[in-house]
Amino acid sequence: MSKLRLATVWLDGCSGCHMSFLDLDERLIAVADKADLVYSPLVDQKEYPPDVDIALVEGAVSSEDDLHKIQIIRQRTRTLVSLGDCAVTANVPSMRNQFPLQMSLDRAYKENVTLNPGTPTEVVPVDVFIPGCPPSADTIFYAVCELLEGRSPDLSALTRFGS
Amino acid sequence: MPETATTRKTITIDPVTRIEGHGKITLHLDAHGRVEDARFHVTQFRGFEKFCEGRPFSEMPSLMARTCGICPVSHLIASAKACDALLAVRIPRAAEKLRRIFGLAQVLQSHALSLFHLASPDFILGFDSDPARRNVFGVLQEYPEIARNGIRLRQFGQQIIERLGGKRIHPAWIVPGGVSEPLSIANRDAILVDLPEMLAIAQLTLEWFKGITEKFREEITSFGNFPTLFMGIVKDDGGLTFYDGKIRIVDASGKVVAGGLDPAKYQDFIGEKVESSSYMKSTYYKPMGYPDGIYRVGPLARLNIADRFGTLRADQEMAEFHEIQRTAVLSSFHYHHARLIEILYCIERMQQLLDDPEILSKHVRALARPNSEEGVGAAEAPRGTLIHHYKIDENGLMRWANLIIATGHNGLAMNRSILQVARHFVHGERLEEGMLNRVEAVIRAYDPCLSCSTHADGRLALVIQLVAHDGMVIHELRR
Repeated sequence: MSKLRLATVWLDGCSGCHMSFLDLDERLIAVADKADLVYSPLVDQKEYPPDVDIALVEGAVSSEDDLHKIQIIRQRTRTLVSLGDCAVTANVPSMRNQFPLQMSLDRAYKENVTLNPGTPTEVVPVDVFIPGCPPSADTIFYAVCELLEGRSPDLSALTRFGS
Repeated sequence: MPETATTRKTITIDPVTRIEGHGKITLHLDAHGRVEDARFHVTQFRGFEKFCEGRPFSEMPSLMARTCGICPVSHLIASAKACDALLAVRIPRAAEKLRRIFGLAQVLQSHALSLFHLASPDFILGFDSDPARRNVFGVLQEYPEIARNGIRLRQFGQQIIERLGGKRIHPAWIVPGGVSEPLSIANRDAILVDLPEMLAIAQLTLEWFKGITEKFREEITSFGNFPTLFMGIVKDDGGLTFYDGKIRIVDASGKVVAGGLDPAKYQDFIGEKVESSSYMKSTYYKPMGYPDGIYRVGPLARLNIADRFGTLRADQEMAEFHEIQRTAVLSSFHYHHARLIEILYCIERMQQLLDDPEILSKHVRALARPNSEEGVGAAEAPRGTLIHHYKIDENGLMRWANLIIATGHNGLAMNRSILQVARHFVHGERLEEGMLNRVEAVIRAYDPCLSCSTHADGRLALVIQLVAHDGMVIHELRR
């Protein structure tokens, strides 16, 4: 059986969720045995490829560019996972939404950031949500392994918002 | 835009991969396919300096740490130091030592990430190797020992952060006035027991790296190899420190041009310029103006500015490092080498700090209400000098913030570096992937953290220029 195709995506976040993914440490080898990382900031693939089985998406959707990316990702991905609080609730990136529109416009937001930060699920359907800031490596490992086995992970006892 | 005789051909590398953040590079070619100009664009925009306004200052360490999941501890430290200044307290000595260990663990894990997880595939598998396999998983398959050592080093740094702070990423342990919990004997001993293994790995890796640098002569001569100033924080005796000290600036000959500068007065000597093509602001040394005041920060700069590390093995390595070049060491390729020496230092210095009985003291926090309306905190982050500057009102609510980020200091140098490497390797008429990978690789040498560098509230202007071959601006659009 050919390996599953895994992607990790970093939208508007701090990369803490990607760091937590790297905190899998040697368990990265176990993940690499089951899946090929076909797109990620960690690999040199420049364009999001077709037929991705699982995509872990970190960060909020905060720009037209993010919006464009998440739509392509949704089209080309079987299971889309919101990884971490920014991708689940928009979290810290959305804190800039509190400022009135005019003030935002006066700032640089009017340039190529025409969207106020929102979550991927506001613009595309998301299949799995993993809260946490960031979710721990143990949580990520459990969720990825379950997804790679074709099961839906039950995360209720493992992680919570802000943890 | 159609390519005509008066417009340039452009190559875009988007996104730059195996770096921490969102960036792209554009290379502008002349009619013969030679590189005329190169630009590094940071494409993410955050807004921290603005949206912190109105929030209690005591939230700042945890909130500002969210600028970066790679070096959150550096932000915690700089932010907490700014808050210490708002409280106008002197934190307990044990708290300061614990913060130092926390910071060293962070430098160690971040440097391991930069070298092993991100940059090493270029050295180990080759700059021209198959891009589909040129990553940490490719290294794991072909040279598992090297990759496992890198994973182990990073894991060790992260475990120390977890032992002290309760979690590996975004711990809430560092607070205004000190730290929230003392160090337990069990946790101290657990860190101490691993130190010899880590020292052995660090030494082995450093020897391995020194052994392979010979292969990269061409890269060394073209990866950001030019004179600039170098800046960083040193102790009063000129020794290297990551936590507290005064700013020193040396020139390309290695001579000190300014020393004893108070980081709190950074605005007197650091200028910030908005670059039209990027969300990252570039800084420059004010007395020399823009762009002559170009300087570099981070591991290479620290080895160029500091007189010593103050630990046995790192000092021996520093002496050997300076044999590369009698002046300051100028090629940015050597950032990697400097990073490995700093990993060694972090391990040696943690041993010193943990051997001190005071590290177990229960007095780790000074409690106070705000006593000052303005505070600045500075520290050396893995990537260079980091400054947090806050102003609060009488209720302790944030009125204003400015962050000077390590990666921003290197903005000018990164742009000049990609131009140098692109001119050397890239030929537009016979383009190969490995050529472009080298342009990205010079960015990796700086280990930029772009999520950090784009924290700003962004007083940006977007300028689009149409430029003719002779440099004349034909048309300009401004927003």
